[in-house]
Amino acid sequence: MKFLSDKTIEHLREAAEIPDLTGTRYRLLERVARGGMGVVYVAEDEKLQRRVALKVLDVPCADGDLANRLVREALVLARLEHPGIVPVHDVGTLADGRVFYTMKFVQGPRLDQYIEPVASLTDRLRIFLRICDAVAFAHARGVLHRDIKPANIMVGPFGEVLVMDWGLAKLLHGDVPSHSQGADPDATIFEKPGQPADSSGAAKTMVTGHGTVMGTPGYMSPEQARGDVEHLDARSDIFSLGALLRFLLTTDSKAADTAAEKRRLDKALGAICTKATAAIPSDRYSSVQELALDVSRYLDGLSVAAHRESLFERLTRFYRRYRFFILLIAAYLVMRVLILYLMHR
Amino acid sequence: MREERFQPGDDRFPPTRRSVIEAVRSIDAEERERALESLCAAYWKPIYKYIRLRWNRPADEAQDLTQGFFIEVLERELLEKFAPKKGRLRTYLRVCVDSFVSNEDKAGRRQKRGGNVAHVALDFAAAEEELGGAVMDPAAIPSPESLEEFFEKEWLRSLFSLAVEELHQFCVARERERTFRLFEAYDLEGHDKISYEQLAKEYAIPVTDVTNALAWARREFRRITLARLRELCGSEEEFHREARAAFGAELK
Repeated sequence: MKFLSDKTIEHLREAAEIPDLTGTRYRLLERVARGGMGVVYVAEDEKLQRRVALKVLDVPCADGDLANRLVREALVLARLEHPGIVPVHDVGTLADGRVFYTMKFVQGPRLDQYIEPVASLTDRLRIFLRICDAVAFAHARGVLHRDIKPANIMVGPFGEVLVMDWGLAKLLHGDVPSHSQGADPDATIFEKPGQPADSSGAAKTMVTGHGTVMGTPGYMSPEQARGDVEHLDARSDIFSLGALLRFLLTTDSKAADTAAEKRRLDKALGAICTKATAAIPSDRYSSVQELALDVSRYLDGLSVAAHRESLFERLTRFYRRYRFFILLIAAYLVMRVLILYLMHR
Repeated sequence: MREERFQPGDDRFPPTRRSVIEAVRSIDAEERERALESLCAAYWKPIYKYIRLRWNRPADEAQDLTQGFFIEVLERELLEKFAPKKGRLRTYLRVCVDSFVSNEDKAGRRQKRGGNVAHVALDFAAAEEELGGAVMDPAAIPSPESLEEFFEKEWLRSLFSLAVEELHQFCVARERERTFRLFEAYDLEGHDKISYEQLAKEYAIPVTDVTNALAWARREFRRITLARLRELCGSEEEFHREARAAFGAELK
């Protein structure tokens, strides 16, 4: 038997992993990431002469479960045409038996990488609102994401915010196309605690059963962690969005520009996070729009539904919102008093 | 030699081989023997090298222990006791090896075991040659922490070597010896020394034929490796994890 050196083994591993694109319209360019189910490459669509991202399964699956899951992800993406969701172009099977799909190639950092230098709280909240837009759209189409976390959000070169990795999505109304019946729409896939939630997705453990799995601590709703997948609804994603909001607000202290702003962050935004991540689903916002509305109201300097203000807080917020006019009126009044005083002297 | 044609979709899916774990529980004695042979073929070399380094045993003693271990697997029905849900077969076997060597030491019942186990030719001389300077040079001996990594690497080497061997036989059976020679020249010996163009010139064929031949050979190599891997895993979940480790992320 031929002895294979370490170098040869490494080469064979790489050479055999490369998807065989024979008979397709794509030409492989480079590997960019490893996801939960497979590897993502950049490829060139030779017909349309454009770059695409090609996601291909790790292994050809005789039982078809992973293949069905990947096809299902593509079908879910196909029904979600939204600027905040990456569009899918094509789906198929390679000569080596592995299922693939292609989607728009987006270059940019993941949210957890992008957010660190973003010091402005307002900018962070605007990013959050765009994520809410995409998730609300998916909910309106009957799709739950079930894996919202910073590593699954990408920020494009023009500031576009994209919600990625819909591999765990659940169709709320059970409208699964016939050829993907093999996939388990109620299966939950979790990540092992303590492992990095990176785009490589290497930490993910695929499990195909009803709730027999582990999770990504911190971003998954309690009901999802319990494996109560049949009763999951939009409020499960709202929990994840709440956790994501907390991440955006606490990742870097630079988010709070001033001490006063930090205090407000603690109360109003803290209350929004708390309401969104309530342990009992009925205590959370009932829809993503409602959550987004509260964040928008905060941005506009209005009171938020999640937090009952004291009189002092209300006055402070009123002052902060109308500071310019209040100071103008105060300056006018001071001037009038000064003039009257000088006239009667 | 007949003209080689490469059709996308040829031999697309790995044939489903029964897992050795299932096979050893079979009531069919032949199937049980085949399972042990598969296991032995893939694991004897990593186990031999592991005993040489981890237990620092001289070659003849390590040979005895390696053969003795596979007899132990058979006699004590160790594979039947393996629970796929609890971990990987590879880790289980390594732990069994440690326990076996340790017990042999305690009992002082080491004995000469003649012949090969389960009809698998155990070429200990070749294994010794592969170990090379590692057993002679103390600096080259892996640290205890990295011995697990060493075992996994040797297991992967063994798996790939068997797959290359099987690919060779497959190519011969299909009259595609030239394809195997191209694969050997480029992927096994000199991907950094030789180009597709040089190979095309050497074999007097168009470069596209070299590209297609290598794509076919790699696809078949992958298929064969995955089929063997499936056989050596206790569950589908383990298979997916191992397949990913073999062709992608670092083996951990």
